[in-house]
Order: sequence, then structure tokens, then C-alpha cells
Amino acid sequence: MDSNDFGLTEFFSEKTQKKLRFVLLGLIPAYIFYLLYLIVPIPLSFYYSLFSWSGIKDLVFVGLENWQLVLQDEIFWKALSNNFLLVILSLLIQIPIGLLLGVFISKKIKGYKIFRVIFFLPYIMSAVAVGILFSYIYDPNFGLLNNLLQMIGLGSLQSAWLGNRSLAIFSVIGAISWRFTPFYMILFSAALVSIPQSIYEAARIDGARGWQRFFSITLPMIKPTIINACILSLTGSLKAFGLAFTMTGGGPNHASELMATYMYKTAFTDMEMGYGSTIGIYLFLIAFSISMTVLFFSKRKK
Amino acid sequence: MKKSSIVYYIIATIFSIIFGYPFIFMVSTSLKGNMEFLQESIWSLPDTYKFINYLDVLNSGFYQYFYNSIFVTLISLVVLVFISTLASYIITRIDFRMNKFVLATFVAGMMIPIHSTLIPVYKISRFLNLNNKLIGLAGPYIAFMLPVSIFILSGFMESIPKEIEESAFMDGASYFQIYTKIILPLSKPAISTILIYNFVQIWNRFVYGLILISSPEKWILTLGLWRFQGEHGFNVPYVMTALTLASIPLIILFILLQEKVVQGMTAGALKA
Repeated sequence: MDSNDFGLTEFFSEKTQKKLRFVLLGLIPAYIFYLLYLIVPIPLSFYYSLFSWSGIKDLVFVGLENWQLVLQDEIFWKALSNNFLLVILSLLIQIPIGLLLGVFISKKIKGYKIFRVIFFLPYIMSAVAVGILFSYIYDPNFGLLNNLLQMIGLGSLQSAWLGNRSLAIFSVIGAISWRFTPFYMILFSAALVSIPQSIYEAARIDGARGWQRFFSITLPMIKPTIINACILSLTGSLKAFGLAFTMTGGGPNHASELMATYMYKTAFTDMEMGYGSTIGIYLFLIAFSISMTVLFFSKRKK
Repeated sequence: MKKSSIVYYIIATIFSIIFGYPFIFMVSTSLKGNMEFLQESIWSLPDTYKFINYLDVLNSGFYQYFYNSIFVTLISLVVLVFISTLASYIITRIDFRMNKFVLATFVAGMMIPIHSTLIPVYKISRFLNLNNKLIGLAGPYIAFMLPVSIFILSGFMESIPKEIEESAFMDGASYFQIYTKIILPLSKPAISTILIYNFVQIWNRFVYGLILISSPEKWILTLGLWRFQGEHGFNVPYVMTALTLASIPLIILFILLQEKVVQGMTAGALKA
């Protein structure tokens, strides 16, 4: 990787050569890891998607058959619609509650530091730990949720939160919201703290009330952060895996399946690597194109 | 007390219960016996504190999982900090005409969903004979955290005034000397941010271990936790003990370095 390789040595001064050599050598380590484990896998996945392939046995070229099969696969559509349900409910639950809590802890009323620690704890735990914890919270017999309902006289609402086909996905989304709302809280409180106090004082002199101040000053001031939070929530929801995987594994009978859990199970449980790669590529295309579209529009607005 | 602050405390208390009670349940259940848990109310505190649960769980393999997680997290962090600071230094402080392009190639990686890469990463690891090896986890960990690290670091290094290294250049310092003697020390705040962020992310990561590691003696903490639940799921106090153990390092880190952690965990997002 010397600049000699390009046959341009005579055009570069010694100083430039030295510089380019440092640039190349310095970027190589980062590019090795980056290309090998993050970039090359995408075209490689595309290549695998053209084969019927059970991991160990020979690859059989099938062209775009897998691509067609995925589109006719009801489980894939179920997973995709669950991902979109997660997108919508995340936006409706995590962002508003995150904003409310963000406002609370940025007010710095007595004891706000303790509240902040408590509110932030869920986000610091691993997805696996939260998933396991919630599978006990949702347990039909000794779970916290059913016991709580019993205690407050709503025993009739008790359910098998993760075992019931129509409830499972909502229970999973509940746990996901519990874990990620604190992240948005912190994001918003950081933005709120940076609003200059003088603006509020001017509004107070003008006689603006609390709620008016919130809608006419606070919200417009943190609009970029809100947009940012929505983008993060959207892309995160499309990629969700850990909590659903540890709580239900996508079950019962694919009721809480997500694209990532379906991809994982197809590839690493059923060992259908070709078909799994195709699901992976669809996941990539959907997540990447939506991220690019959203980024494009949010950048253009600025 | 004003009416508004009473409302404030009521709402804050409700959310404290929602976010905090599961932790109380986790810790208090971890100190109960299994029979006690099954027979008595789940709301009750332990009759006697059975700290022995912690020894039992640690001895069932968690010492090893802790060691494995610490080992692979440390190695990944050291390599990651070195190569991401070096790359960011080059991207922001040395003009080679393609700076913007190089930065863009790395930033684009933030949009790749991790699960789309799993099958190739599994195949590549087998090909390189790195599957079922702890060190084999470091590669994907480093690669996956590189984009956001370079993004944060180059944003910070960009803001260091150019004049600072000019006089060093006059004195004949090399690029590498400027990197180690000037830019690295000045970038300490950004480095500590990415250290905390990457530590939490790598420590909590699960899926690479799931596909790349099969031998129990090489399980990392998240993997060990998941397998432990699969095996001892009927013994709820044991599972809660394992959960508490696995969460303690992060909770301690958070309580000790609150401001830094909060800042670190949101740094990537705020600038995006």
C-alpha cells in the first residue's frame, strides 16, 4: 500500500508522499474491520440469497426464487406488519412519555436526581436482561402484572400476556417501551436544559402561562430533537430483536414475530441460510431506504 | 407546597414505580428461597436474606461469564479507541482531498441493520477460523461501533483550532507524534464519551455471541444469562439473582458517573 503502487511517485513531493502514506496506513485498520464485518456482508448476503442452502450442504443456485418466496411468505408479512405496529406504537408511547419525563427532570425540582436515576435504569440494562425480567412480570401464575391486577380488583383482566396470540405482540411492545422511553427522556432533557432561561423570563413578563410557554416556546425550540427522536425510534423499531427474541422467540405461532427474529430463526435454527439471507436483505433494503428517505426530508427542511 | 409541584411529585412517583419497581422485585426475589417465593405473596420481602443464592449462581458458571465479558469488552474497547481516534484524526486534521468521502463511508454504516449481516459474519468467522473463540467476537463488536465512534470523535476533533499543531509541524514533528502528543490528549472528553457509550453497548450485546460461540466455557454474560434462564427458569429466585448480578456493573457505573453516562449514551443521537 505504498504510493509507488499507483506509479505516480514522480508527481508527488516527498512531503506529500509522507502524508499519503500516513493517511493510508492510518485508515487501513479501521477499514479492515469496517469492510470485513459490516460492509462486505451486505453484498455477500445478496449473493447467498440466490441459493438454496442449508448451511452445511452444497449450494444450489435458484436465482431469485427466494426473493419471490419471501414475498409470498405469510410469516414474513406478519413480521413486517408487527415491525410497523412497533414503529407506530413506539412513536405514540415512547416519544410523548419521554418528553413528559424529560420536562420533569429538566425542571430540577427537589429530588430530580433520584428520579433521573430511577427513570434511567431500564435503559442501562441489556435487552436480554430486560426480556427475561419481563417474561416473569408477564407470567400468568406468579407474574407481577397479574398479581397487581388481582390486588387492585381488576382480576378479570388477568391474562397469559405472552402466551395469548392476540396479546403477545402488545406485551412485547410494552417491554420495549419500558426499556427505551428513558433514552428519549434523556435526549429531551438535554435539549430542554440548553434552552436559554432569558426566553422564558421574557415570556413570563409578557404574561404567558405555563402551558402557553410550553407550546409557544419549549416545543418549537426542541423541534429538531423531536424529529431526531422520531427518526431514531423509527429505525430502531425496524431493527428490533433482543427483547422479542428472549421473551417470546416470535411466538406463539409467529404472533409476535419481527423481521429480525424471523431472519435469525430461519438461518440459525432451521439452518435455511439462503432463505434467511433473503429475509436479511429485505430487512436491510426496508430499513436502509426508510432511513435514507427520512434523513433526506429532515435535512432538506433544515 | 404549590399545587403544580404536588402534581409533579404524584406523576413522578407513579413513573418511579413503573420504572423502579421491577428492580425492587428483581433484587428482593433474588434473596428469597424458591419454596418461599412459590408459597408466599410476591410482594413480600424475603423472610431471611439468602445471599447464598449469589454464591450458587456465581459458581454455576457466572464467574467465567464475567471474566469472558470483561476480556472481550476490554480488548474491543482498546482496539476501537485506537483505530477510531486515528481514523478521525486523519479525517479531520490532514487534508488529502477525500476527507469528506471517507467520513461519509463510515457514517453510512450507522444505517446498516446488524441482523442483515449475521449470516455473512457467521460464514466469515468460520472462514477465518474465529468462530467459537472469544477473540472472534471482538471483530464484529469493533466494526459495529466504528461508525458512531468516528462520527462523535471527528465532530469533536473538527472543533480543535488548527493553529495548535502548526507550531509542532514547524518543529518537525511527525503526523503520528502530533496524533499522540497533541490531538489525543486534547480529545479526552470525546474519548471518555465513546468509551462509556461503547462499553455499555458491547457489554450488553447478545446476538453475535449467540451465533458465534457454542462452548459454555466461552459464553459471555448475556449469553450465559439467557442459557441460565433456559435451564433454571423454574427457580425464579435464581434467575433474579443472575439478572441482578449481570446488571450490577452497569448500575454501579451509572450511579458513579451519572452525568458522563447520560452524556455518553446520548452523544451519538444528539449529533445525528
